[in-house]
Amino acid sequence: MKHVTKKPIKQERWQTKISGGNFADKFHAYRNLHAHALFSSLGRLVASRFSSAMTIVVLAIAISLASGFYILVANLQQLAGNLEASNQISLFIKDEISDARINKFADSVRRNPDIQTVKLITKEQALAEFQAYSGFGAAVKALEKNPLPVVIQVLPRNSLENEQALAGLLDDFERSAEVDFAQMDMQWVKRLQSIMEVARRGVTLLSLLLGAGVLFITANTIRLELYKRRDEVVIAKLVGATNSFICRPFLYSGFWIGFFSGVTAWFIITTIMLILKQPVETLSRLYDDTFHVLFLGFTETLALLLISSVLGVVGSWIVLHFQLRQLKPE
Amino acid sequence: MLKFDNVSMRYPGAGDVLRNVSFHLERGEMAFLTGHSGAGKSTLLKLIALIERSSRGQVLLDDQNLNQAKDRHIPFIRRKVGLIFQDYKLLQDRTVFDNVALPLIIAGYGHHEVSRRVRAALDKVGLLGKEKKYPAVLSGGEQQRVGIARAVVNKPPMILADEPTGNLDPELSAEIMHLFEQFQQVGSTVLIASHDISLIAQMNYRVLKLDHGQLVES
Repeated sequence: MKHVTKKPIKQERWQTKISGGNFADKFHAYRNLHAHALFSSLGRLVASRFSSAMTIVVLAIAISLASGFYILVANLQQLAGNLEASNQISLFIKDEISDARINKFADSVRRNPDIQTVKLITKEQALAEFQAYSGFGAAVKALEKNPLPVVIQVLPRNSLENEQALAGLLDDFERSAEVDFAQMDMQWVKRLQSIMEVARRGVTLLSLLLGAGVLFITANTIRLELYKRRDEVVIAKLVGATNSFICRPFLYSGFWIGFFSGVTAWFIITTIMLILKQPVETLSRLYDDTFHVLFLGFTETLALLLISSVLGVVGSWIVLHFQLRQLKPE
Repeated sequence: MLKFDNVSMRYPGAGDVLRNVSFHLERGEMAFLTGHSGAGKSTLLKLIALIERSSRGQVLLDDQNLNQAKDRHIPFIRRKVGLIFQDYKLLQDRTVFDNVALPLIIAGYGHHEVSRRVRAALDKVGLLGKEKKYPAVLSGGEQQRVGIARAVVNKPPMILADEPTGNLDPELSAEIMHLFEQFQQVGSTVLIASHDISLIAQMNYRVLKLDHGQLVES
């Protein structure tokens, strides 16, 4: 009974593959298949404009949220980067101390061998500076009394690099009767940098979350598309289509959805940045004009489009991987 | 070409749909598969097209054991089988040309080869000149002929038809059957499932008769 002559299936497959014309013809056919899948999936997207547009806008909003936060952090980063990480200490003088005593105190600080320079900022100077740069000039004028304290800016010698010595110096100043409190500028920079670190990490996590959202929205869109075209899929399977043949147009659909979402997200972000640019630049001019609005650069734009497209393709791949085997030609 | 060796098919909850079916179709042979509704005709065809796999026994197609075929080999086995359905299973949003071209495009034929073969197949079924029409504007007989053209365009060694004339009047049915005869004459193995006894009787071919899953006549 067991006279089963088993033909190697590999060979069968090979025979089927070369059966249609010469190599160049086959290559053209393969390239045409891809081109056809690329453009037919685009055509399908255009044919169902309304639902495609809705999906793409939803995805674009998610993508622009993620990349919007990214660009926000990048802009803040620039602001923090402008701050010099110097060891400068600001001594805020108690309000009740007389000018003469302040001068005496400043002189004593100047004589300290650990100190490089001392700069006294009077209440009036502080107010003038605040009026000029803060943009709250009118509000400050309305005040009856100058609320700003006298500040002595102290720059320790470079030899005083290590943190303990600096902390000791800070303590000494704080114990002086004249000083309300002593503030090391570096601490602010450090704090700002830690805040930035938290923000960066938050944005990364948020982006991952939004990216997952994009992935699943694409997956669901492709699932609906697959369901809509299940007759076609079944017929193609019956006449010998491989899974890769069936998947190809859907993967391209995913690519297009992701790509167009990326493009739309880019427009959303750029529009928002353009709207914000003018007031931010005005604000920047009120300071030292050191801050300029950063837009998405060329590399960032490229990365945005690439990531969106990849998310689209991966999203459709997930659905095809799990749903295609359920579509049996019954 | 096609060999069933003690094949049984059991659906969970439905019992045995096929019981110990054995027969052998020679290359180039044409046969009818008949029997009452639910006798297992469709199931038998599904086993050949690898839509189902038998619970017991072996199905050999072109000396290849279908029970041992891996999933990724199924598409390549199906390319050897031209399938024709009662409901035609045409893509309504594609032209006649595109419908018939589908198996060739799937198999990766080049543009010129596709064009040539599609025209040849349509010529054979008498539909040359209707390439650009959509299935919906064609009559039932014409749609079935499109289905037949699609099944034979790849020149498969085996042609399977499941009630191909089920929706057609006697005259059209006879025409369709005549087409199958022509394919058999050029060397294809043809198996047609049908319960149209009078039509089968008019034609002098081998008849495989199923009764409650058992082959009672071959």
